[in-house]
Amino acid sequence: MSVRHHISDELLLDYAAGTLSEGWSLAIATHLALCPTCRRQLDAMEGAAGALLDKISVEPVADDESWQRMRARLEGSKAPQPESKPKPRGEHRPAAVIPEPLRSYLGSDVEGLKWRALGRGAYHIRIPTDDPSTQVRLLRIPAGKPVPEHTHSGRELTLVLSGSFRDGESVFARGDIEEADDDLLHTPTASEGEDCICLAVTEAPLRFTSWIVRMIQPILKI
Amino acid sequence: MSLSIHIGSETCQNETLAIIRRRSLRRDIGMTQPNSPKLKGGDVDPAELARLLVTVGESRNVEAFEALFRFYAPKVRAFMTMKTKDRQAAEELMQETMSSVWIKAAQFDPDRGNASAWIFTIARNIRIDAYRRKRPALDLDDQALMPEEAPQADRELEKAQEAKLLRNALATLPPEQQDVLKMAFFEDKPHSAIAEQMGLPLGTVKSRIRLAFSKLRDALEDRR
Repeated sequence: MSVRHHISDELLLDYAAGTLSEGWSLAIATHLALCPTCRRQLDAMEGAAGALLDKISVEPVADDESWQRMRARLEGSKAPQPESKPKPRGEHRPAAVIPEPLRSYLGSDVEGLKWRALGRGAYHIRIPTDDPSTQVRLLRIPAGKPVPEHTHSGRELTLVLSGSFRDGESVFARGDIEEADDDLLHTPTASEGEDCICLAVTEAPLRFTSWIVRMIQPILKI
Repeated sequence: MSLSIHIGSETCQNETLAIIRRRSLRRDIGMTQPNSPKLKGGDVDPAELARLLVTVGESRNVEAFEALFRFYAPKVRAFMTMKTKDRQAAEELMQETMSSVWIKAAQFDPDRGNASAWIFTIARNIRIDAYRRKRPALDLDDQALMPEEAPQADRELEKAQEAKLLRNALATLPPEQQDVLKMAFFEDKPHSAIAEQMGLPLGTVKSRIRLAFSKLRDALEDRR
């Protein structure tokens, strides 16, 4: 069973270049753990970055002073630990449902999670990050039910961790990632038979400073 | 102060030997002089760069590291300057990067990637830290990692060759596609900011990125 819905090149490029903010990057990195195909694409992108680095033409400057500073640093630096050697890639049994780096953000695998009811049988967990531009949540949608509260503006990433959901003609199962923006009207619904657990990253809701606007914001659904 | 005098005299004692070793290493990686104006990065053999990096990792060989430093330091400094616009800050970030290369060299695995790509990722991470951003990263040793479906034995030998193919393929990309990649990697701009800066619709930038990587992927696939 391999992943069928991948990350777009432009989003993976932002991740490879290091310009994607923490919330989005968390979804990308977790998808990469489940998707060897996208890992190869990332390798190719980092390879391209390396090749571009090689091609930077530099002015002929004397680097001796820089090198002397570097030498002084080397003398002061500790010898690296021998265990930093690369580990051989063995067979990794998928013993954990939630891969890194998401597992560390949650503090546990699925069985240890503390879900909060969202109504109509759905649950969620807010995942705190240092990224004010995104809202990151883990959702658990009961089998056969639509994803609740599904209004958002801007980009949205949904990564399936267990179960599956259907959106129009497409089915998204473990490892699949859906990239949506506000042009796309969609109604993801959990497939029958099993609850769907997914990571959802959206643009953070606009925060208004005026308390009046804040009070009417839920009514206006803005 | 006493430290620098000590290093100075030590360098002096070993100077002749070091110069001889350095020269031979430079010849190995296609350099006659450091920073020679004629030196084009693209001429340097990726396999030699990987070999030097492995040597540093295995035996803490300072001469091998100096050869790497003379090749990469100006490029990493230029890379950092494109974001900071400040030469001194760029020098600091370059020193930070190269010192990290020295410390982490044993983690470089030539079966997994090429030297320049690996050094790019270190420079990128140093830059992310410098701007106090966070980038959750993949853990290749995680028990939940989905392994490659088939072991790709043929790939393992040829990471350095892959680097050459990528270089050649990059050179054949139309300039507007190359520009987008350079802005993304060097100027630290997400694709949406690139579109804004170039005054292009987002879709145009997306399609340039997709066309560029589809060509690079084709170049890598042809080899297999």
